[in-house]
Amino acid sequence: MINVITMFLFNIVVYNIALLYGTTGEIMIEKSGSLNLGVEGTMAIGAVCGYIAACRTNSLFVGVLVAFLTAGLTGLVFAFLTVTLQANQNVTGLTITTFGVAFYYFIGNGLSNSKGGWPKLNDTTLADQFRDVEIPLLSKIPILGKGLFSHNILVYLGIAIAVLMWAYFAKTMPGLKLRAIGENPGAADSAGINVTRMKYIHIIIGSGIMGIGGLYMGLNMGGTFEGSNCWINGYGWIAIALVIFANWNPAKALLGTLIFGFFNTLRVYNATIAYNFPNTLGWLNKIPAQFFSALPFIITLLVLIITSISKKNSSNEPASIGRNYYREDR
Amino acid sequence: MKKLISLVLTASLAAMSAFAFAGCASTEGGSESDFRVGAIYINSQNDTSGYTYAHHKGITEAMEQVGLDPTKDLSIVDNVPEDAEQVKAAVDQLAGEGCDIIFGISFGYIDALEEAAAEYPDIIFSHATGYKSNDTNFNNYFGRIYQARYLAGIAAGYKSLALGNNEIGYVSAWGTEYAETCSGINAFALGCQSVNPDAHVNVYEIYTWGDQDLERQAAETLIDTFGCCVIAQHCDSAQPQIVANEKGVYGCGYNSDMTAEAPDSHLCAPIWNWSAYYATAIKAAMDDPSTFMTTVGNYYEGINSGLVAVSELSANNEPQAQEAIDIATDLMKNGEWDVFSGTALSFSGDAGSVAATQTDKDLVASDGTVIAAAGEGSIDDGVIQGSMNYYVAGVTQVNSAEG
Repeated sequence: MINVITMFLFNIVVYNIALLYGTTGEIMIEKSGSLNLGVEGTMAIGAVCGYIAACRTNSLFVGVLVAFLTAGLTGLVFAFLTVTLQANQNVTGLTITTFGVAFYYFIGNGLSNSKGGWPKLNDTTLADQFRDVEIPLLSKIPILGKGLFSHNILVYLGIAIAVLMWAYFAKTMPGLKLRAIGENPGAADSAGINVTRMKYIHIIIGSGIMGIGGLYMGLNMGGTFEGSNCWINGYGWIAIALVIFANWNPAKALLGTLIFGFFNTLRVYNATIAYNFPNTLGWLNKIPAQFFSALPFIITLLVLIITSISKKNSSNEPASIGRNYYREDR
Repeated sequence: MKKLISLVLTASLAAMSAFAFAGCASTEGGSESDFRVGAIYINSQNDTSGYTYAHHKGITEAMEQVGLDPTKDLSIVDNVPEDAEQVKAAVDQLAGEGCDIIFGISFGYIDALEEAAAEYPDIIFSHATGYKSNDTNFNNYFGRIYQARYLAGIAAGYKSLALGNNEIGYVSAWGTEYAETCSGINAFALGCQSVNPDAHVNVYEIYTWGDQDLERQAAETLIDTFGCCVIAQHCDSAQPQIVANEKGVYGCGYNSDMTAEAPDSHLCAPIWNWSAYYATAIKAAMDDPSTFMTTVGNYYEGINSGLVAVSELSANNEPQAQEAIDIATDLMKNGEWDVFSGTALSFSGDAGSVAATQTDKDLVASDGTVIAAAGEGSIDDGVIQGSMNYYVAGVTQVNSAEG
């Protein structure tokens, strides 16, 4: 039997990496001073469009591209409404969520009813393209290797995006400009930065990243549309909380995903762990399942409380977040 | 100006999504027959799978059987949540459209339908999965799905015997909290044991009717940790079967033939055929609504009426499974034997000569309590439908304190 700890680590990564996409995408948008509550809907749109495109073309690459572009298009709508037309960001974001999830069901139900039916993963080689790739050397580490360093290509892409985004914010000039806009768009504007263009670009890219996360969820679920809940299943909302957890730092978002994922996976794995370590961890099975279901959210709540208390000293929250920038208001 | 445009755009976006969500509609148009059927659904009439889909299919098929035209003689209010106000509004709408019989398919409609039956004495109200009724125009209906689960258990039992692995998994929305899930698990386990006396059913309870993510992970856990060779399920999506397919074990789905989702692993699935009831009920109401409660009454039928069945056995089954299932089906159809009784079936023999032996034996719960003494007939329907809250011997729940 495969080592239970390895399986546990493996599942933490494989079932929660979509959160990393949602979180890093949202960080990019919030760094530009916009609060986009439409993560759930944006992911749903990217998921359904990306999945269909991937199946039709039998190419994971095309799927990722389409997920990025369609979710990016959703971002464009958000940017147009909030940046150009100065609409309320909260309301617009919520609308995108409602719209996106409904769009997911609209397309999915429509396609399932149509002649060709919902595209099946089994009819493509996508599962092969999505299979686990072992990292040389690292994947040979006992216990940890298989759990952390043997994953599908989209897991690595998510981690790469997080690291690159961290470098972009911390080390590059456009990143610095973006942060300036998030802190004080008026000052950035007077320093000659094109605020509107920067906001548009980063809202679209951030949304596109979320879309890839949505596609990841769909592929991870075996691509079946049937079932009572949307693939995204609330992960978009958790991503918004994780942004605060990560203190607007993409590298910390990786850590936040793993910590949240630990508790999320414990919900399913408590029985397995109790079964394998009856003497030391058998008590895990005595805790009601409902507590494990609530645990990730209790942890999120605690983190939000703790970060709020220590806000003054260390928060990286962009100062102008949630407020529209209107040049003539200055 | 900008603010105005943005307001309009936001509002129209919101309106669009609201439309996409709701889709609540009723069939329009005049009718040649003056008999009208009404239906209240929990989800959309356009669903392509799942609970509402199964009922909608049943009602339309039944109407065609009795000579009604579902496109003209059927009024539907769908996406009705389990909220008394909204059910009441749906009933008022259907009554206004002149319905003669109204079906409500979700458990939570129970109180609202009871009130409606008193308010509209000329309309027959028929409630799925409920337990309330009156003497004139309000009944409930459900089926002995546990009989179909027993049959699926036989297929699973043969598979486990052939593989030499006694561990069988069962992903269940709920465990002992609901008699519906509990009796299903028990019947499935007894079916497995009729073939493989050492079969052990590992239940993983996910504590919700539908969550694809959990259903998937639960099935993975049952296979990876508990070494199960067959995965049965009582939950909404096909995820447990897909996982079984991926991991090279076998499975029994639920509600629909899931062989399409799991071509290499699916054995057979317990399924509902609601048109069996709907045809009976609509016919009785058309003939003479005043005697509906004596001709139909509260309806609780099983394999004999065709209301429940197992889907066609796939090529993944062991060769003896079909014969054994046919034997058990006949026994239940003829009323000679039922699942929860003091008589146990056991199957033996090779393909072509499978035989069933009936042995009088105590039916015992996992804590040793006797449910039915050896030789006793079937236990009371009230227990199967309402108060069964224990597992039979050979069943353990892997993720609970009681396990």
